Amino acid sequence: MSARPLPRWKTMALHAGLSVLCVATLYPVLWVVKMALSPTQSLSLSVSPFPEAVTLDHFRDVVGATDAQGRWLFGRQLLASLVVSGATTLVGLSLAVTAAYALSRYRFPGKASGMQLLLVTQMFPGTLMLVPLYSILQALGLIDTWGGLVLVYATTSLPFCVWMLKGYFDTIPRELEEAATMDGASPWQTFTKVVLPLARPALAVTALFSFMTAWNEFILAATLLNDAARFTLPVALQRFVGEYKTEWGHFAAGALIVSAPVMALFFALQKYLVGGLTAGAVKG
Amino acid sequence: MTRGHLPSSPWGEGHGERKRAALLAVLLSVSASAAPLKLWHGYRGGEEQALEAAARQFTAQTGVEVELLAVPYDALSSKLTSAIPHDAGPDVFIFAHERLRQFHRMKIVAPSTRWLERAAYLKPTVDALELDGEWYGYPLSLKCLALFTNEAKVPTPPATTKELEAMLPALSHPEHAEFGLAYEAGDFYFHAPILSGFGGQLFDAVGKAQFDTPAMAASLRFVRSLQDRQFIPQEVSGALVKSLFNEGRAAMVISGPWFAGEIDPSVRYRVSPLPTVDETGLPMSPFLGVEAAFVSSRTKSPEAAQELARFLSRGAATLERVKVGRQIPAEFAAYDDPAVRSDALIASFRAVAERATPTPNTLEMARVWEPMKLALRGVLQGGVAPEDAGKLATRRYKALHREAPPPANPAPYAAVLALVAVGFVVYRARRGTGRAVFDAEAVRGLEYVGPAAAGILVLVIVPLVVGVGLSLFHHDAGDYTFVGLANFTDILASKGYAITEPLSFYFTLVVTIAWTLVNVVLHVSIGLFLAILLKDPLLKLRGVYRVLLIVPWAVPNYITALMWKGMFHRQFGAINGLLALFGVEPISWFTRFATSFAANVTTNTWLGFPFMMVVSLGALQSIPQDLYEAAEVDGASKWTQFRRITLPLLKPALLPAVILGSVWTFNMFNIIYLVSGGEPGGATDILVSEAYRWAFQRNEQYGFAAAYSVLIFFVLLGWSRVTKRLSGEEAA
Repeated sequence: MSARPLPRWKTMALHAGLSVLCVATLYPVLWVVKMALSPTQSLSLSVSPFPEAVTLDHFRDVVGATDAQGRWLFGRQLLASLVVSGATTLVGLSLAVTAAYALSRYRFPGKASGMQLLLVTQMFPGTLMLVPLYSILQALGLIDTWGGLVLVYATTSLPFCVWMLKGYFDTIPRELEEAATMDGASPWQTFTKVVLPLARPALAVTALFSFMTAWNEFILAATLLNDAARFTLPVALQRFVGEYKTEWGHFAAGALIVSAPVMALFFALQKYLVGGLTAGAVKG
Repeated sequence: MTRGHLPSSPWGEGHGERKRAALLAVLLSVSASAAPLKLWHGYRGGEEQALEAAARQFTAQTGVEVELLAVPYDALSSKLTSAIPHDAGPDVFIFAHERLRQFHRMKIVAPSTRWLERAAYLKPTVDALELDGEWYGYPLSLKCLALFTNEAKVPTPPATTKELEAMLPALSHPEHAEFGLAYEAGDFYFHAPILSGFGGQLFDAVGKAQFDTPAMAASLRFVRSLQDRQFIPQEVSGALVKSLFNEGRAAMVISGPWFAGEIDPSVRYRVSPLPTVDETGLPMSPFLGVEAAFVSSRTKSPEAAQELARFLSRGAATLERVKVGRQIPAEFAAYDDPAVRSDALIASFRAVAERATPTPNTLEMARVWEPMKLALRGVLQGGVAPEDAGKLATRRYKALHREAPPPANPAPYAAVLALVAVGFVVYRARRGTGRAVFDAEAVRGLEYVGPAAAGILVLVIVPLVVGVGLSLFHHDAGDYTFVGLANFTDILASKGYAITEPLSFYFTLVVTIAWTLVNVVLHVSIGLFLAILLKDPLLKLRGVYRVLLIVPWAVPNYITALMWKGMFHRQFGAINGLLALFGVEPISWFTRFATSFAANVTTNTWLGFPFMMVVSLGALQSIPQDLYEAAEVDGASKWTQFRRITLPLLKPALLPAVILGSVWTFNMFNIIYLVSGGEPGGATDILVSEAYRWAFQRNEQYGFAAAYSVLIFFVLLGWSRVTKRLSGEEAA
């Protein structure tokens, strides 16, 4: 466990163990890949995670889907998902960053109870808020719009984002800001030029979480959106899994397409994950 | 409803035609400015294509555009009931008739009595759409069960149960997985005809559901004996029925018209009515489901909407649905079409439909499914004797459909609420004076927090408060009555069921706590173990391992859930496939509590360990290396180092993650709902999924569900107090 290299046999054993664990972890994913590439729509009883015959038909069906008016549904739904998730990340992050900074640095009335309230909101099951939420969005004229979804996603992911960012801001020494202020920077400049660049790992992780929340959500999206051309991808995916009949091939192909961007983001941001998630708790 | 204005006699055929011509003229004249009509449906494949074609024909004739929206059938009803009252719904929607009573009570469907030409459709399909002397919607097609026989194996279909039982032994070879008969025996829709054949009446004289009857026991004994003699397979799903029939391993199948589309072209088959039961002399009479085009009560253009719905049910549109969608038409005229007349399948189903009874469109009918599913599965999986199944169903029925609590007087509650509010304000004012300084710093702070606070207030706090408020009401078809704390007392007194039964709050609470505990322990131990393996910076391929091991985190959790649900499938799942390699018999995962719970936990563990691994990695990296070196010098073993250095120093970083993880797991709805679905009999449901069922699957009892949510909230609040103390000790 120290910095010295391990004995050879131990290294071998470690690699063997880790490989087995990786295979066990990836096995279900390979199974989905197999279903997506196999020509049938049903499950098949075989242990091998590799397909017997390979076809891209399921991908072609999912990607090429059009509706009665000949609109390219998949393209529009992908766009919908990107727009909604991107906007959620932007709105959520800008709201969370300013709020978290204020909570970390300034003293103002209602601060302590506000923090408590943020935690408390996480404990009420979300599905039950669906009924009142529908009426509120109707009052705001936001049913069947992307804007309504963005607002709801951004605000529901806020408590978690604010808590995480505040924890990280707490670890950044105040001396840096004081020095900037001495040099004549305004509070806003200090915040954007000094604090935010330092908080990059936490920002990356928070952005990733906001994006994932919006990208994966489907209950609310399925309830609020009434036009197939404006559906987000998870809502479209839901159609392949019926109560009486599941088109496993289409579902698997769709699932891979939906998961791919999130995985790519994960890999791109993974060097920030470790630091961004824990720094607040460790040093604070 | 303005029944007084309606004609007392139905419109004659000629009158209707003249009226329609006039209507078309009106439509054509206004079509240039007419808004498109919205049509929602749950069709897929051929049925969807046929509907699209019919909608195009309508547009060609009238110039009115039709916008279609396909919604998964199981989500359609709740989408309709939430959208239409908010004026966000369709003008016309297609649904099976058995929900008509609920739709009517929620006031989302408009009558069609003035336009419907009742003589144009098969009588039972029109009867199905009647409520208290009014008709709603236009019948499109009918669905009911019939007997499909493989002609190569069964030259003459059995007409009676005696004939059936005489044939079955020669057709069944369980050792080769061959069965005389296959059907989804665990689903009440498929059992209903057998019950009727044994003389069972599902409803008593006043229309209340009854389960504990001799006919119920006899019908269940019959099915149980078929299964015991291995004439029918166990745990049958639609997919299994299909593959058995197509591979020639099931000689007969009970299914509906949709099954015809799934039969391999090489299999020659015949469709005939279900046999007659010898003991009673009664035919097995299946439920008749009628799909109809309903007009929304909130449509902006009622005339055009009625015309569209009527159009879909008649003439060219019907033929399109029959030929492309393979539907069994409700309209008489369609049967005169030469292509339809020569279609053996459609002719057979028409004959079958004559023996069928329309599924009652009463509210009571909607309450039968869940209790009957429980009873059927209990008998088929063993554990419940056919004679006791009726009692079991009755108990569940009573528990699910609690009587509305008596209305309460809101005044005392309002008074208490006002007192608390006043007390709070006074308390804050006395304690807070002098501290609430609005200096420059406070103003800037509030400015920064403002937008986020406003957003959270409107979209999180307000719905939350409304949700809490709902827990004091009883909801019934759009009407709320104030009942005070009755929902809470019912839940906490476990009214209607023993506290050791699934469905009782305490049982579910124990399951939820066990679920949370097992998951968090597994997440942390696996995550920490992997983090320790991966922390050595000199380890080759470290980055690759780390990337591969966080893959489960990146997969959306509903996809994970459905993926594992497939892997736990009894016949086709990879898990049973793997176990078979070690000579283990296939396990039916969702029939027993222990295995069902294990399946849920496995799925959630796979999904959750990477988060803990990443957190642990970060925390491990923050532990100074020299501590270990010093310990090494002192001769401490690896285990001692782990216990004395690693664990204590990890605690501050891991604790918040564990608290967060436990709250997430406690409310992990997707996994429970999608993997085990609460099977067996609701035993693996956790509090959140139970609340969801009360809100959306058991008659929209929003108030009761909200009370559940409030209780979940209190449990978690208590838990956060405990953890606060834990982390507080840490800081001290």
